[in-house]
Amino acid sequence: MTATIERKSARQVSKVDRFLTLIRIFLVSLIVIGVLAFIAQQVAPDNPFARWRNPDAVGLTGDQFKGLLMSGLSQGAMYGLIALGYSMVYGVLGFINFAHGEVFMAGAMTGFIASDKFSANGLWESNFLLSLVIIIVLAIMVSTLTAVLMERVAYRPLRESPRLIPLITSIGVSFFIQNAVMGVFGPSTKSYPQLPQWLSKQRSILTFEIAGTKLLVLLVAAMSMAGLWYLVERTRTGKAMRAVAEDKEIAALMGINVNRTIVTTFAVGGAMAGIAGILWGLLFRSVTHMTGFLPGIKAFTAAVVGGIGNLPGAMIGGISLGSAESIAPLVILEPLGVPGVSQLKDAVAFTVLVLVLLFKPSGLFGEQLSAEDRA
Amino acid sequence: MSATMTSSSAPSSRSGYRAPVADQDWRNVGKWGGLCTLALVLVSLIGMPVGLDRRILIHPVLSLGYLSLLWIPLVLGFVVSRHVELEGVESPEPGGRDLLAGALTGLLGGFGMAVFIVALDTFNLRDPLVNWSPQLLELLNYGRGLGFGVVAWIAACSVLGLLGSSIHVIPAGVRRVVSYGAFGLLGIAVLEGAIADLSEGFGLQSLTDSIYANRGGVTVVWSIVLVVIIGVVSMLTRGRFKAAKANYGELQGPERKRASMILFLLVALLTIILPLFLGTIMNELLANVGLFLLLALGLNIVVGLAGILDLGYVAFFAVGGYTTAVLTSPDSPFFAPEMHFAITLVIVVVFAGLVGLIIGAPVIRMRGDYLAIVTLGFGEIIRLLFMSDWLKPYFGGAQGITNVPGVDLGFVTIKGTDPRSVFYLVLVFCALAIYISWRLQASRLGRAWMAIREDEKVAEAMGINTVNAKLLAFVVGAVLASFSGAILVAKVGSVFPNSFMILVSIIILVVVIVGGMGNIAGVLVGSFVLIGVLGGPRQPGLLHEFQSFKLLIYGALLVFMMLQRPEGLVPSARRSQELHQEEFLQDVWLKGEEHEGEEHEEELHAAEASGAEGHEGSGA
Repeated sequence: MTATIERKSARQVSKVDRFLTLIRIFLVSLIVIGVLAFIAQQVAPDNPFARWRNPDAVGLTGDQFKGLLMSGLSQGAMYGLIALGYSMVYGVLGFINFAHGEVFMAGAMTGFIASDKFSANGLWESNFLLSLVIIIVLAIMVSTLTAVLMERVAYRPLRESPRLIPLITSIGVSFFIQNAVMGVFGPSTKSYPQLPQWLSKQRSILTFEIAGTKLLVLLVAAMSMAGLWYLVERTRTGKAMRAVAEDKEIAALMGINVNRTIVTTFAVGGAMAGIAGILWGLLFRSVTHMTGFLPGIKAFTAAVVGGIGNLPGAMIGGISLGSAESIAPLVILEPLGVPGVSQLKDAVAFTVLVLVLLFKPSGLFGEQLSAEDRA
Repeated sequence: MSATMTSSSAPSSRSGYRAPVADQDWRNVGKWGGLCTLALVLVSLIGMPVGLDRRILIHPVLSLGYLSLLWIPLVLGFVVSRHVELEGVESPEPGGRDLLAGALTGLLGGFGMAVFIVALDTFNLRDPLVNWSPQLLELLNYGRGLGFGVVAWIAACSVLGLLGSSIHVIPAGVRRVVSYGAFGLLGIAVLEGAIADLSEGFGLQSLTDSIYANRGGVTVVWSIVLVVIIGVVSMLTRGRFKAAKANYGELQGPERKRASMILFLLVALLTIILPLFLGTIMNELLANVGLFLLLALGLNIVVGLAGILDLGYVAFFAVGGYTTAVLTSPDSPFFAPEMHFAITLVIVVVFAGLVGLIIGAPVIRMRGDYLAIVTLGFGEIIRLLFMSDWLKPYFGGAQGITNVPGVDLGFVTIKGTDPRSVFYLVLVFCALAIYISWRLQASRLGRAWMAIREDEKVAEAMGINTVNAKLLAFVVGAVLASFSGAILVAKVGSVFPNSFMILVSIIILVVVIVGGMGNIAGVLVGSFVLIGVLGGPRQPGLLHEFQSFKLLIYGALLVFMMLQRPEGLVPSARRSQELHQEEFLQDVWLKGEEHEGEEHEEELHAAEASGAEGHEGSGA
């Protein structure tokens, strides 16, 4: 990419470049001023710089900050889990599976249906752990099935077509699944049953006050990530996946079943999204047919932040995005005097996406793309 | 990608052998039969049969609800018995074997449906599945008890599967007449609202009263009459249209100019006069179609010509709408100059162009897929900003800005209560947009866009300033969208952030893709068929019962088109070449060297006919 830019005719490019530089300077100075004002306020609440844009700012206490960080982390862990699916599919096939958010939603929806049934027959209360394991397994199954079907029906026939064609197709798939789920399960918001007291109560770990649910989310996410890492780096299947991501044709020559490997990739990504769906259900306890849309786009952002195609990068990208969107409104926007900052949470996530692509399109940890994409 | 899929009755294939009836590809039949069951059950569970039952197509036998199920075995029966024909490879002649395959597929679907009905009667799964209802059972049984339902579904699906597969078997002439009759009748039934309205305007009410039953739907007697009339007409006019089109294509110089002029005047006259005879609802519908046509024409320049997948296109729509609202409404919270619409338009153009530049500049160098997601992000950011408390003092937050006056022309005020005047306003802008797109297409800039679409690096190497060209595409698209936004706001009289969801972008994208990317005629067809019949994001179409299902259908259509016909219903010759390059090359390979030159010539003609100049696509 950089090579192409340099080859452009110098005069015309400079105009656009100058404009881009202006945007960059503007955004960076906004962030810096916001953060500085926040720090000034924390240090000495009455100094004029802190009062400059927002006279009634109250700042954050240490506990509030830690709380924000914790919810950011746990949400980010979910984004990371979903981002893994984007990243893996991008690594192998080189296109953005826009409908991956819907795979996540399918998991969350399955979790709701199963947990609702369990709560009706009492298993949810009497043996929470068993029912949790069952809904996770069910969600993984449904999400995996959704992802694999998607690949078979919509993406496989398009494997050799120009890059934008499968992307447009996946938008259609996403639309279709959203609305089919709405039609079958109704448009109402579905609430997961109450979690048991011992799980949801606040716990104190290393001075961090954290709800047990968030802790569970972090734990499960870490475990899944470890499992995935083992699968990709230490098993034959993982080796095949990496080989296919590197070069499909050579991989086929080496005796790897490319089709099966691609299906496996979709399945593993789907399983991760299914786990994320259950975690979402436990954390926010509500799910609708639109649940997949925003987390899906944010997870894509996370994948880009971490460097698309890079699996640990996806997880780290997810966690940074989650923390950024939970902290940035209060730390950057509030000191700048923007009212109602919590509404701008999603806008912050999108701005992160734009920023990353402006400054470092390859993400934090570089890109690991297959040969044809690098060209 | 498969090689060319021709209908099995193509003259060259008649030489094939006849396959024995029992020689079935059982796996294939099983697959499609299973799919048939799945589709039937899914459609039932989504709630289409019950939701669409009120709309009657043929009184009293066929409602849209039943049609939503019955087309499935018909189409799958057709698909299962279709053969891929390769040039030079002998293939079996269509016959009894295919009929059996179709009928079996239908039978499997019917069995599935029967099992579903029994399950519906026995279990109660209403808790997660909202459409698992007695009404559905009642409807599927045709109100005559479980036994009847089971037998009827098995029989009906098998017969429909058989009918579907028989399409391959019957002679081409018969097939033509029957399909014209069937689609014509369907069209007349779907267009009921428009036809009734139009005939009322012309004072032919008594005729439509007799064609359509009281509760809606064509009466049985009239459906037979209509099918016969359409069939006969199709037989009589057979080949005439094609001949006329070919004649027109062969005209040269001044003659062609004169013919085009006459054609243009006819169309213009029709679009100007027709609305006078239409009622409020139909004019409203036409105005909506026009608004989306304007948007789609703009997106066609961005996606269709320049090949930039802009998913945040709705942002420009929003900018046009909000600028108009702020400048014209007395209720604008911060700054209310109450300007005239005409002056506002100038400012709208400037603003939209600027926003196009601002959004375009950062994204222009990104890879196509990143660009799509980032523009989507921009579209959401703009909506979220308009909705936020932060900008509430300027744009009214979630409550938006109300009380936008209509367009005051001195002798008449154009506003939503008079949709006919809105339609004329939209018409003017659509004409302008069509003219702009048409002129741009063949211009230097248009050709630069198409070159970029095909291969950006090669285009750059040819000396095209890709950055400028792409930015200009953004700006032109933005200006057209902002016109649409301005008119929408003047029409509705208010503006809310939630009218500018990402959904709108995607619906416009579907319109452009279904119609045919990069082709003005395609976009016209796309907006009339999709927005006119199914409806826009909030605007009802002719089939307003589809309201809750249309997004589903849009999604399915998008996938289907991408898989089967990425160039759209009315393809642009050059675009379809780009998309089918591989098949094209395969065909050339199969037919051998000697046909290659011929093929090349044909392609050239096709490219010229669509107004595209040169033949850059074939080299790649």
